[in-house]
Amino acid sequence: MSPTTSIPLPLSKKDFETTQDVRWCPGCGDYAVLNQVQKVMAGLGIPREQFAVISGIGCAARFPYYMETYGFHTIHGRAPALATGLKMARPELSVWVVTGDGDLLAIGGNHFIHLMRRNVDLKVLLLNNQIYGLTKGQYSPTSEFGKKTKTSPLGSIDRPFDPVGMALAAGATFVARSLDVDQEHLSGVLRQAAQHKGTALVEIYQNCVTFNDGSYDFLTDRETRDETRLLLEHGKPLLFGKGRSKGIRFRGSLPEVVTLGENGITEADCAVHDAGAESDATAFMISRLGQPDFPVPLGVFRSVEAPTYDGLSEDLSATARQRSGTGNLEKLLAAGTTWTIT
Amino acid sequence: MPALSDPAVPAAGKAAHTKHSVEELDTVVIRLAGDSGDGMQLAGDEFSRSVASAGHDFATRPDYPSEIRAPVGTLFGVSGYQIQYSAHEVFTSGDAPDVLVAMNPAALKVNLADVKPGGMIIANSGAFTGANLAKAGYEANPLTDDSLAYYRLVSLDITGLTTHAVEGTGVSKKEAARCKNFYALGLMLWLYHRPLEDEVADIERKFRATPAIAAANVAALRAGYAYGDTSELFPVTYQVRKAPAHPGRYRSVTGNQALALGFAAASELSGVRLFLGSYPITPASDILQALATLRNFNVVTFQAEDEISGICSAIGAAFGGALGLTTTSGPGMSLKTEAIGLAVMTELPLVIVNVQRAGPSTGMPTKIEQSDLLQAIYGRHGESPVPVLAARSPADCFDCALEAFRVAVKYMTPVILLSDGGIGNSTEPWRIPDVTALPEFKVSYRTDPEKFQVYARDEHLARAWVRPGTPGLEHRIGGLEKDFLTGNLSGDPLNHQRMVETRAAKVAGVTRDMPPVEIEGATSGDLLVVGWGSTHGAIQQAVEQATAAGRKVGHAHIRWVNPFPTGLGEALKRYRRVLVPELNLGQLSRLLRDQFLVDVIPMNKVQGRPFKVTEVYQRIMELSA
Repeated sequence: MSPTTSIPLPLSKKDFETTQDVRWCPGCGDYAVLNQVQKVMAGLGIPREQFAVISGIGCAARFPYYMETYGFHTIHGRAPALATGLKMARPELSVWVVTGDGDLLAIGGNHFIHLMRRNVDLKVLLLNNQIYGLTKGQYSPTSEFGKKTKTSPLGSIDRPFDPVGMALAAGATFVARSLDVDQEHLSGVLRQAAQHKGTALVEIYQNCVTFNDGSYDFLTDRETRDETRLLLEHGKPLLFGKGRSKGIRFRGSLPEVVTLGENGITEADCAVHDAGAESDATAFMISRLGQPDFPVPLGVFRSVEAPTYDGLSEDLSATARQRSGTGNLEKLLAAGTTWTIT
Repeated sequence: MPALSDPAVPAAGKAAHTKHSVEELDTVVIRLAGDSGDGMQLAGDEFSRSVASAGHDFATRPDYPSEIRAPVGTLFGVSGYQIQYSAHEVFTSGDAPDVLVAMNPAALKVNLADVKPGGMIIANSGAFTGANLAKAGYEANPLTDDSLAYYRLVSLDITGLTTHAVEGTGVSKKEAARCKNFYALGLMLWLYHRPLEDEVADIERKFRATPAIAAANVAALRAGYAYGDTSELFPVTYQVRKAPAHPGRYRSVTGNQALALGFAAASELSGVRLFLGSYPITPASDILQALATLRNFNVVTFQAEDEISGICSAIGAAFGGALGLTTTSGPGMSLKTEAIGLAVMTELPLVIVNVQRAGPSTGMPTKIEQSDLLQAIYGRHGESPVPVLAARSPADCFDCALEAFRVAVKYMTPVILLSDGGIGNSTEPWRIPDVTALPEFKVSYRTDPEKFQVYARDEHLARAWVRPGTPGLEHRIGGLEKDFLTGNLSGDPLNHQRMVETRAAKVAGVTRDMPPVEIEGATSGDLLVVGWGSTHGAIQQAVEQATAAGRKVGHAHIRWVNPFPTGLGEALKRYRRVLVPELNLGQLSRLLRDQFLVDVIPMNKVQGRPFKVTEVYQRIMELSA
């Protein structure tokens, strides 16, 4: 047997590319995400063999096949459950979940909530294109109300839900949102997610060129994007608009858009973003912002430290060993009342 | 025999069995029955523990409603515990009780039909009030209307005597009432010559956190014991001769306990972490509970958010190189179906335990049935072969747990282990194995990247197990069809056929690891009785009785129900007839007919109860004549 050794660090993006043909539609937003994930992973200083990428079903779920890491393309909605088991069995691995809006929020909704509340040390990339792509164009849990699709020819009567708000409500310790085409923003958010100890949810607005093209144009068009994006920066005021001329102010729990310089309003009147706040209340209030009345927040909503589930699980074992000694099979089998027949 | 009046409570501590004659018995069957809140299961467990420590062979069967505390006094709220113990080997908890302890009218009504003609009924007259009689549907009090004339009725006010006995221990009235199971236990210990002081010590240990309750229970126990001795209600006491068992050290186990021990042993012997992902469900939760206490071993338990997460987390752990395990019962099994297919496709080792219960749907959660056999073998979409083995008794669960993991790892396949609510909750003595004598369980992972192909196979058609974290072996697996060698995605038609056939051949090859079919009794002749799972005891005993009656009858009890052991087809043809008793509508019968074109005779029972030995015996006698 030949000795096996890790590829010397630092790694490059190339080290994470597989020989498999990438089979997403030309122009799909997934390409951009794949590109950034490969770059970010290479820069983390973690040996390549320590990564495992787990996915469910959907277009985004093809992701593992294109990553030269350990990977598992599982079944619809169950990637968080499978990744939880892997991480609990092997806490030293860096485990990433790549999922979509149907996968994580519809069929996998229950696992999503429980993953967030447990704070398992997993990185979850939610590629949200607001449509079912792999089944060719049905509305998803994030599709807008009234959307006409093959299964909602008269318009969808489902109200969409917001994964960021859901995650915060479930107790998530790291929640962020980014955009497929904004490579700089995306890589920054992914890096922060990777460094977070605990569940890190990154919702990535991702354009489906085939079945829902242009759904995020309002956020990406040079003409409109300054007005429609609210870039969250920890410790900075919530400002947006051309020349950062507008801001968000909270009157109690109600947000309002203010224009700097009008009615004596200055930066100091605007809310300052604190991603590390102990309470998740403000992060939740910010997560409520969005079109048509407000810009869409992008960036890290919340990033707080808390014990991880996998860490706590290992602690339980360590404590049990301390308390009763390392398990002894012989003693275990003969525990309780025994009798001997000679 | 009219009921006698209740004498005063005698002083505790008197020498027992002073003026009673002793009858020696070979076998006795006792059933304790009361409200589900009456503590009958605890009293039964304690009695069986006492019997066990005397070296008797025994088997027990709890029978309780799925309601935690069903309304008091109702027929559906009756909870029972039956034990058979003997001078001989015991295979079942017994058909008909020699003694029924009925704590209220409902318990009498529900259980009376089972009691042996002329058997003893010990009734708690204190609970035979007008209201309770009405709830049980009695128009007159059966304790006083001579309707029990064909039984030996012993009527005493256990409720009142218990209250009196625990006075001064400082417990509340409600708590005092709850001690009556220990009063009944004390009486039974006396009646069957079991030592009192062992039980006292055990109560004090069990209730050490609540000394007042411990004292009350001990007082009730002593009073019940002393009552037997002084009341003269029992002219005869009983002593069961000791069983000549195999030498060794024994303990009592339930099937669920034995499974947990077996899985822990699999981890210890292999040196590999055991990961259990599970969601609580009756009657399988005990396994999760037992393994959750073993954190000082290399055992990690995860109470998942649902059944699907339970199995998927276990598959994730298996991908990580751990012994992945999930445990459930029927409805949970249905939910896990898709994920089992994933484990088949990705060829990962995994053990899935189904402690079967009466179905379909929620069915009767606490009642026994064997109706998930076809589900285990066929219940998935696609050609999805899985080895399936079935435990035959509580103690056998330990061996099955180990064997399931050995096969799972060796063949890189999910394995389904079938138990049922009968053996899961029943106890029997278990000869504690010598750890050093347990067969080796070696697990190896591939670490060599040279010429690594994800789906390259060994002589057992198993692919290599690779732990993430191994440099140079990074690879992807998943539910999509794979290339025969590289494991890359493949939609090639011929490749799919080859993969489907290879997975089938791999599972079929598991027979190489099993002994050929074993037959007890006649190896050819008039009748072969074929069974699987928890019916073993009843069939075994029935076949022995028929053999003693001169019939040429054999018994094949199938452990691996998929694939079948070698030699089974030939064996079926060596007998004039084949009888297949099952607690379902003929699932093994179908499999045998399908595979061997033999017209077997089904014998089916779906009442939430196990077979009685006499039922099987009678059918054997009819068919072997």
